Amino acid sequence: MTLWKRFSSNTGAMIGVIILLLVIAIALLAPVIFPKGPWQMVQRPFLAPFSTDGLPLGTDTLGRNVAAQLAYGARVSLLVGLVSTVVALLIGVPLGAVAGFYGSWVDEGAMRFTEFFQTIPNFALAIVLVAILEPTLTSITLAIAIVSWPPVARLVRAEVMSVRKREFVDAARVAGLTRRRILVAQVLPNTVSPIIVMASLMVATAILLESSLSFLGLGDPNAMSWGYMIGAARTVIRQHWWLSFLPGIAIVITVLALNLIGEGLNDALNPHLSRKARA
Amino acid sequence: MTDPALDIRDLTIALPAGADRDNAVADITFSVATGEILCVVGESGSGKSMTANALMGLLPPGVGVRSGQAMFGGRDILALPEAEKQKMRGESIAMIFQEPMTALNPLMRIGEQITEVFAAHDLLNPAERRARALELVREVGLPDPDKIIRAYPFQLSGGQRQRAMIAMALALEPKLLIADEPTTALDVTTQAQILKLILDLRAKHGMAVMFITHDFGVVAEIADQVIVMREGQIVERGAAARVLGAPEHPYTRRLLDAIPTGRLPEARTLAEVPALEIKDLRKVYRTGGGLFRPVREVRAVDDVSLTVARGEVLGLVGESGSGKSTLGRAAVRLITPDAGQVLVGGTDIAALSEDELRKERHKVQMVFQDPYASLNPRQRIMGAITDGPIARGIPRARAEAKARELLEIVGLGADAATRYPHEFSGGQRQRIGIARALAMEPELIVADEAVSALDVSIQAQVLDLLRDLRSRLDLSILFITHDLRVAAQLCDRIAVMQKGKLVEIGTVHQIFRSPQQAYTRQLLAAVPGAEWNRDGAVTA
Repeated sequence: MTLWKRFSSNTGAMIGVIILLLVIAIALLAPVIFPKGPWQMVQRPFLAPFSTDGLPLGTDTLGRNVAAQLAYGARVSLLVGLVSTVVALLIGVPLGAVAGFYGSWVDEGAMRFTEFFQTIPNFALAIVLVAILEPTLTSITLAIAIVSWPPVARLVRAEVMSVRKREFVDAARVAGLTRRRILVAQVLPNTVSPIIVMASLMVATAILLESSLSFLGLGDPNAMSWGYMIGAARTVIRQHWWLSFLPGIAIVITVLALNLIGEGLNDALNPHLSRKARA
Repeated sequence: MTDPALDIRDLTIALPAGADRDNAVADITFSVATGEILCVVGESGSGKSMTANALMGLLPPGVGVRSGQAMFGGRDILALPEAEKQKMRGESIAMIFQEPMTALNPLMRIGEQITEVFAAHDLLNPAERRARALELVREVGLPDPDKIIRAYPFQLSGGQRQRAMIAMALALEPKLLIADEPTTALDVTTQAQILKLILDLRAKHGMAVMFITHDFGVVAEIADQVIVMREGQIVERGAAARVLGAPEHPYTRRLLDAIPTGRLPEARTLAEVPALEIKDLRKVYRTGGGLFRPVREVRAVDDVSLTVARGEVLGLVGESGSGKSTLGRAAVRLITPDAGQVLVGGTDIAALSEDELRKERHKVQMVFQDPYASLNPRQRIMGAITDGPIARGIPRARAEAKARELLEIVGLGADAATRYPHEFSGGQRQRIGIARALAMEPELIVADEAVSALDVSIQAQVLDLLRDLRSRLDLSILFITHDLRVAAQLCDRIAVMQKGKLVEIGTVHQIFRSPQQAYTRQLLAAVPGAEWNRDGAVTA
């Protein structure tokens, strides 16, 4: 069975894909649907959802369109999630690969360096990094990437260590290939499946991290994000709960979709580890 | 011995949709009499293990019994509810498996694992259980029983683990013992001991044995009755002597023909020029060692010298742990020896630096044991074959033309080049491995157990190919194997290794007809089916 067939036969994963595609579509089309942008005041504040024509989700504390805010927030969340994951992979994969392949002191050095990052709580480090740098989208993305690469490095290292013991690696050595060539062309392609799965889950974690940072007021002041919306509405949560609830739902649904996709990819890429019976 | 212990009628086991055939086994009928050993013989995928698993209720998910009966003790065991099946397992039907290391719990002492069998069936009190365990350990011939029952599986050798498994299987005196390739993972001498143990126990306890194997040599040693299976069908059945002596079905004949019979090849005159000279090679493995513990040293290869002449096939034979693979890997410098020389065409491979070595690599190539692990699953065949030549500086177009030519030579056809390894069977992959080695135009090929993982008929084809290549291309091969019968088919000379030392070296005729060393004689005697052979050639 092909990869796609296995993946598409997984109901949960397909639901995840549909939700994610919807979120992506909304994010891309935000300027078309809401040409005024998320910051402009359009009505009086605290309009409840479904109470006013043209403002399906009501207005926030300053009378801004909540629906527009959610759509623009999706852009930030997805962008930060994707870019920070790519950056984390760019740090983690080479480091883990080199550590696992060359072993001995290279491994020792790389792993101690990794552990140095793992001893500091993720979120605390991210806060410190954003606080030191200016809170811009770039610095937030970078901070998230810096706190999320260590697990990638450890995963890749473990995979490389098991693949390099296989006989085809010996065969490549006997064929006279250089060590670097063996690592890049023979070993790494055999480690992509778990990396893909991990990456899909990392996007979800990154979205959560970004929301948390924005909630604390450490977000980019020029970018509307779901976390910022919750943070801004927190003071009025007793009177106008939906202002926190709606962006919260957006985060939950998006992260859930990514997790479903990750699980589906995991089952599709490692059919023998699938929790479902092979029927 | 006519009273059937197990009577299987029209058993059909369905495979999940999308498998290569509908049924693992289709409408098979056979019976095993009390006190009888029935050998079920077949190549991989013939459904022989599925039959055993169905009887034990151990079929994998997605596979199920479609129809048929298995009458045992007056009841159809296929139709029993799960609780009844569980009671039956161990108590009246016991099973031993191929790989004793994975079949034993690594974290439990041997004694506990045996007593657990009693505990699971609520029999005896703890003191009696321990006494019985000790008795069983003694019965299966494990040395020093008091110590063994306190040992963990990893502290035992492969043969000892299999004995422990048998002790567990015998604990409740089952009426039927199912043995699924129990000796395949063992050395010949150990295999001979285990087979003898099974024969002894059968005589003593009078149980029925269903013995699954792919090896006709084993069949010749122990079988009373034989069933030959192919693609889920029984193609031939009968008394062992009849099936082995006068096979009726063409498939059985083909299988028997494919067995390396030990018919010795004509002695050939060999060139004097050496392709490989190994001088005083030594490799010591050091393990453990800490502040308070001495380092353990294992001399894997201990001052071994030998030569392979140009155009010669030298068989390197030995049991596991004899150092034969270490020697082979040192010859291609996958392992750097501690002392000694490996001379290939005058260059000492063992002394080169990493960079110099890369330029000399092509001189010695290797064909690996496991056809499934030795090809990169994410690389096309063309890449696998041409990587080496291209790294050597041969232009891509020429390397690819050569690769296609080689694929034709090994009998796969040039269009195999664009495909991925998973599209090929084990035997075909081994042909690709051979083509890959040949692409480097080596002076010597080291074949490390290159046919051990293959079914007999495929094995015979690959051996034919090697023999053909030897005469066409004047190849020199260091052929490492644990199977003397295979070595006899292909090799000009045979070197026997034991515990890192070279015990004996001589022409095939010398080794088989007049072995000088006790160990060589022991190895020859342990070959299953040594007394039985259709041409009367091997018997020393």
